[in-house]
Amino acid sequence: MSDLRLMKGNEALAEAAIRAGCKGYFGYPITPQSEILEYLAAEGRERGMVVLQAESEVASINMVYGGAGTGARVMTSSSSPGISLMQEGLSYIAAAELPCLIVNVSRGGPGLGTIQPSQSDYFQSVKGGGHGDYHLLVLAPSSVQEMADFVYDAFDLADKYRTPVLILADGALGQMMEKVAFREYDPADHIVAKPWATTGKPKSRERNVITSLHIEPEMMEQINLRLQDKYRLIAENETRWEHFHTEDAEFLIVAYGLAARIAKGAVEMARAQGIRAGLLRPVTLFPYPTAAIRRLADAVRGVLVVEMNAGQMIEDVRLAVEGRVPVKFYGRMGGIIPAPDEVLGALERMVKEDVAQHEEAY
Amino acid sequence: MERQMMGQDLSGLECVYERPGTLTGTRLHYCPGCGHGVVHRVLMEAVDELGIQEETIGVAPVGCSVFAYNYMNIDMQEAAHGRASAVATAVKRMLPGKYVFSYQGDGDLAAIGTAETIHTANRGENILVLFINNAIYGMTGGQMAPTSLIGMKTTTSPAGRTVETSGYPLKITEMLAMLPGVYYVSRNSVHTPGAVRHLKKAILKSFQFQKEKRGTCFIEVVSNCPSGWKMTPLESNRWMVENMFPLYPPGEIKVPK
Repeated sequence: MSDLRLMKGNEALAEAAIRAGCKGYFGYPITPQSEILEYLAAEGRERGMVVLQAESEVASINMVYGGAGTGARVMTSSSSPGISLMQEGLSYIAAAELPCLIVNVSRGGPGLGTIQPSQSDYFQSVKGGGHGDYHLLVLAPSSVQEMADFVYDAFDLADKYRTPVLILADGALGQMMEKVAFREYDPADHIVAKPWATTGKPKSRERNVITSLHIEPEMMEQINLRLQDKYRLIAENETRWEHFHTEDAEFLIVAYGLAARIAKGAVEMARAQGIRAGLLRPVTLFPYPTAAIRRLADAVRGVLVVEMNAGQMIEDVRLAVEGRVPVKFYGRMGGIIPAPDEVLGALERMVKEDVAQHEEAY
Repeated sequence: MERQMMGQDLSGLECVYERPGTLTGTRLHYCPGCGHGVVHRVLMEAVDELGIQEETIGVAPVGCSVFAYNYMNIDMQEAAHGRASAVATAVKRMLPGKYVFSYQGDGDLAAIGTAETIHTANRGENILVLFINNAIYGMTGGQMAPTSLIGMKTTTSPAGRTVETSGYPLKITEMLAMLPGVYYVSRNSVHTPGAVRHLKKAILKSFQFQKEKRGTCFIEVVSNCPSGWKMTPLESNRWMVENMFPLYPPGEIKVPK
């Protein structure tokens, strides 16, 4: 029997973190995600978690480094400007291969921007963000249910691959209330041995050192090759996406997170008026479902990318489509959430252009 | 047990002084005359004497002592520049029964990491913060530090540090001593056997206080930088006594009542 509740996305995520066996949370308040810290400061502490309000996001992410280094499941959460401050620490965490969870309940930028939802941190999330050749494994929820579900997945993936995992949500997913069912999950069944952790050196083993420093270039190259192998393995095993009416689709929308949810509405409206539209929703943004999009690109007449930004993920869609069909974009910025009929309008324009080209050709 | 030193067979002689077991055999990379090696040794001697090698986790900084983990035979984490006390905070919070220390230089602790240093101390984290103050950035080649003296010539204050351009040397140790979360503050040096012995006592006390969960223990070691100061080791120690000590006088700064 699952445990059913009506909760905000931020609260559902925090509750799932406790249930997933997260033992340490280190964070700094920022809208629109402060409920995570607040929920854990009450519920998390009550249920045995270390919950520390740090002096900054810079300190928070370095506490995550230290905490993850002890082998415990630890996490932080923030929103766009705070995540920017964490980029140095994320690079170190990825380099030192420390499993942990980072949550970005993103808001509109650049700069101080707005507290309203946005997807303008896509590049930062999937292309590195900090210095050096590294990736975070990025999960993009599109419902309060997934705000909870992806926490368990994130901790399991982090431990499995010794890698930081980012949940990239947005302010709407964090703030809205929906029904959420908490899955049966006993952290004891998900314990991964961490013989590398710094817990105090017993006589039986050599000392453990957690570091990202490798002065000799030959060694540093080997570390990089190992990281790249890991990212390839993650791409092979963990790429996730969702199909919606793609079986017979002539026009494909690609959207993730909240935008995907809005696009589903647009797909249904389009189908009601005879446009055979479908949606592919990347669930992992790194690794990216490149092959799945390429397969569909062979079957459709055009692709529309819908994002709550100026057009970021569209670059990865274009790399997947490789010019097979036209790739168009519809986006809103600065905290504006597009309505389904706006997306439908963009879809209809694409259909019209396609018909015009078709007539011209014959 | 057969003992050798520089090819000489020492068997039959009584051993009165040797490398602490918790120092690895790795040759130190520090410049001749640098204080870091002595501080490493004294710290590991204290760990040995208390028998807490298995329960101690250290956090290394960025700076000359970035490789501290190569020399200390304990579990260690290497922190980003300035963040050692934040890292140490989390290690201690997750493993409250262990002994945790950070080892940081002046640039790391008193410039880029000032916020982390102050807030760690203000939370009264039960850790030892070891602060090596040689008033210069050694690893990057001798740039001005927050603790550089007025008039001190460095590669980034070639005509000597001026208040107009760079403000005053930061007496962060005195600042931290004001905080109620900080339980014990001691300023030391390692230029004489007596000073070394005093430092060791301060470290031993700090670990005891940590066991008793008293709050943050902060030990400054005023040290030298023969390479950065462009002096011989002996000259640098004299210069330290004559110029650093008036501003950073050794002694017990905050002692529990």
